[in-house]
Amino acid sequence: MSLLNYTEKKDTRSGFGAGLSELGRSNPNVVALCADLTGSLKMDAFEKEFPERFFQIGIAEANMMGIAAGLAIGGKIPFTGTFANFSTGRVYDQIRQSIAYSDKNVKICASHAGITLGEDGATHQILEDIGMMRMLPGMVVINPCDYNQTKAATIAIAAHHGPVYLRFGRPVVPVFTPADQKFVIGKAITFREGSDVSIFATGHLLWKSLEAAEILAQKGIQAEIINIHTIKPLDQEAVLRSVRKTGCAVSAEEHQVFGGLGDAIAQTIIRNYPSPQEYVGINDSFGESGTPEQLMKKYGLEAENIVMAAEKVLLRKKAEMSTS
Amino acid sequence: MDNLPWTGGNKLLQKGYFCYLKINYKMMNIEELKRIASQVRRDIIRQTNGSKSGHPGGSLGCADFLVALYFGVLRHKSAEFSMTGKGEDVFYLSNGHISPLWYSVLARSGYFDIKELATFRKIDSRLQGHPATHEGLPGIRVASGSLGQGMSVAIGTALSKKLDKDDHLVYCLCGDGEMEEGQVWEAVMYAGAKKVDNIIVTIDVNHQQIDGSIEDVMPYGDLKPKFESFGWKVLHADGNKMEDISATLQKAAGLCGKQQPVVILMNTVMGQGVDFMMHTHKWHGVAPNDEQMKTALSQLEETLGDY
Repeated sequence: MSLLNYTEKKDTRSGFGAGLSELGRSNPNVVALCADLTGSLKMDAFEKEFPERFFQIGIAEANMMGIAAGLAIGGKIPFTGTFANFSTGRVYDQIRQSIAYSDKNVKICASHAGITLGEDGATHQILEDIGMMRMLPGMVVINPCDYNQTKAATIAIAAHHGPVYLRFGRPVVPVFTPADQKFVIGKAITFREGSDVSIFATGHLLWKSLEAAEILAQKGIQAEIINIHTIKPLDQEAVLRSVRKTGCAVSAEEHQVFGGLGDAIAQTIIRNYPSPQEYVGINDSFGESGTPEQLMKKYGLEAENIVMAAEKVLLRKKAEMSTS
Repeated sequence: MDNLPWTGGNKLLQKGYFCYLKINYKMMNIEELKRIASQVRRDIIRQTNGSKSGHPGGSLGCADFLVALYFGVLRHKSAEFSMTGKGEDVFYLSNGHISPLWYSVLARSGYFDIKELATFRKIDSRLQGHPATHEGLPGIRVASGSLGQGMSVAIGTALSKKLDKDDHLVYCLCGDGEMEEGQVWEAVMYAGAKKVDNIIVTIDVNHQQIDGSIEDVMPYGDLKPKFESFGWKVLHADGNKMEDISATLQKAAGLCGKQQPVVILMNTVMGQGVDFMMHTHKWHGVAPNDEQMKTALSQLEETLGDY
């Protein structure tokens, strides 16, 4: 049975905007801060409904992170909004000292993550953010896959005490997870069971992985598709359970192959059940201008790249089995 | 009056005493504040000597200010520290390297036992080189040390107080060298533009930074017109005259709630109180050895008992 059913196409950032407004209604402590990108982050609905709880910071992201920390000290639950690049690399030290080290309950919400930001080009296409954020002790790192999951994740992180990095994007992509889902931080979701290869995917690459699984099935390869929406804390149990079954892994993410989901998976596998792994991600390069579709193709983030990685890792698995 | 720290006698101060002080300048006893400051300066010298590291210069320079604030102006509950600071005034130290001063003032006002000052900068201590919340030291709400961040955090808490209709104030101390950090000016811009009028920032103007005088390293000019052009109310004080800094803090509190953030440009002498540490940047981040400590302590009266 095909898993490739979706109701419509939407951008994940709109899921964030919808989740934020819902939180505004249910939790009076939720406040939102934005650094001059209210429309891009889809925070305008929250601003309109809760003007007293919305803070326009201007183009001053470092100040935004500090103000968010101060609001959190006062008992508020601040959600900061700007592009992923300006949510992480630009303000790493502010996040590190005033938020992470100080254990502040700030939700860093980052849109336009990855290469699918598109035409604006490499200056804005951050591909290192997952790595930076998951290196910070205590930071929760989440990269949801579609509108519904992003909305559910936005609502869920308000109930988690501590700093969270929530990463989402700009392009419209299939909506294929349930609207009424309950998002559990740190709990991986198996989308397809399979016995030959484990494919761990996050964000926009989950849909691509489901497409890849269909192609692989036609070739007689049964891929297990696991959605790692929470990269930290990683659901190590789910990762190991799958790899013990399949004996090999592919990671798929819209991020550098260094420091992201792939490395998180590799660290878990190598310490517990050493197995061959292939990475699908950006291979140590910056991006460039283009449409999201063109960029996904040029930088090797399509279903066919996942298929190739799966076939390659299967060959490695077979080679290891024949020598052992 | 009997239950106030400065009239309650030295023993109460040594043990640490519950303070919840109303703003009332007339109640302040300047002589008692000076006596506390002398002890705090001894604590600074002894802490930095004990760990053979730390920043005595700026700590000594700001001692009168922080004593005037904590023992005279700040409305706070030292015996029952709450992270949120709801229903209290909140203080942030942005120039976190003068931590030995803050630790001494916190201990002397009852946040923790003064004996703990002996652990400053040592392994397994809550008194980290720069202030941190990570080890759970009462009185500290955010880490500082990487410069330029405290004013932003202070604004955040000030906004939180406005949302809660809590009319207590948020104080923040920054260094004048710290004014070279870009984030400071993001915060100055925001507070002025958005009329954050429940915040009082004090700048320690000692004209020194690690590599030399500010005039040599980065002569950025007069701070007053800079703050004023962003919409701040600017006050001046002599930070080493207890009468003046106490009165200015009192005045600043009275200026809150008038659609303007308030900044006190506070002149101090780095190393104030120890003659060989004054008028130089040499003691910014250098601890006194045993001989130097002896000389320094001979210039500072032991008023409340050393830890």
